Amino acid sequence: MNCDELLAMLNEYVDGSIDPGVCETFEKHLAGCNPCQVVVDNIRQTITLYKDGQPYELPTAFHRKLHDALRQRFTQLRR
Amino acid sequence: MTTISTTDAELVRRAQAGDLAAFEELVSRYEQRVYTQARRITGQEQDAEDVTQQAFLSALEHLADFRGEASFATWLTRIATHAALKIIRKRQGLPTMSLEAATEEQETYGSIPHPEYITDWREGPAELATHSETQQLIDTALAQLDEKHRLVFLLRDVEGLSVKETAEALQLSETNVKVRLLRARLQLREQLTRAFGDERRRVTGGHAHE
Repeated sequence: MNCDELLAMLNEYVDGSIDPGVCETFEKHLAGCNPCQVVVDNIRQTITLYKDGQPYELPTAFHRKLHDALRQRFTQLRR
Repeated sequence: MTTISTTDAELVRRAQAGDLAAFEELVSRYEQRVYTQARRITGQEQDAEDVTQQAFLSALEHLADFRGEASFATWLTRIATHAALKIIRKRQGLPTMSLEAATEEQETYGSIPHPEYITDWREGPAELATHSETQQLIDTALAQLDEKHRLVFLLRDVEGLSVKETAEALQLSETNVKVRLLRARLQLREQLTRAFGDERRRVTGGHAHE
């Protein structure tokens, strides 16, 4: 397999959505290719960093505005 | 009365039946998540506020239609995604239905830059998250992606939409979603590995496959 083919498989492999036959080929490659294994690890860590990243706080004024608007609309709709 | 242990499904049921407190509890559970999603997708505070408000208003308007096939969280994420994309299109002066130019090119894996800086990270994500500069670094890296790659990454990897849902939301082919996702992941990996990687263990010398 060349680099382009490996990169194509990489996505699916990281997602766990890879075809089993292809997965076996890819894992065989990973077993013998440390750089590729490191890249796979890096990508997993990258995704985790963003996924588990710090949430943004709602600005106080906006929080109030949001709840007021929703309360109002809820009451209107239920009338 | 609602408690922490009341499920979303139960709150939805009560809200559908006219219980305002139940609806407010739902909002409180998800407002930070929706706002964060909106901030990341639009990249701007004011737009994020508009998106958040629009998303919850829309959820309220359609609450009666929510049947529980998907979880409330997933349903709300989809609504928020559409609201965020709508604002991006509006900001760019594009017709509201499409982010793409008239013809969408078929992308391929062929021209994707190969990883260059390859090494293990000095720390794992959990430890990195405790350092104050980490958030800044990851925000910068994200902002440097082309919007078309950033959006796919945010929807697939951060918000957890499926390939199909992402393709529908962005009006792309599934192949293009996959290719763009790979580009985004590789570019982020490249930048973040330079920031967090252990220089001493860097893979040097040519690394090529036949």
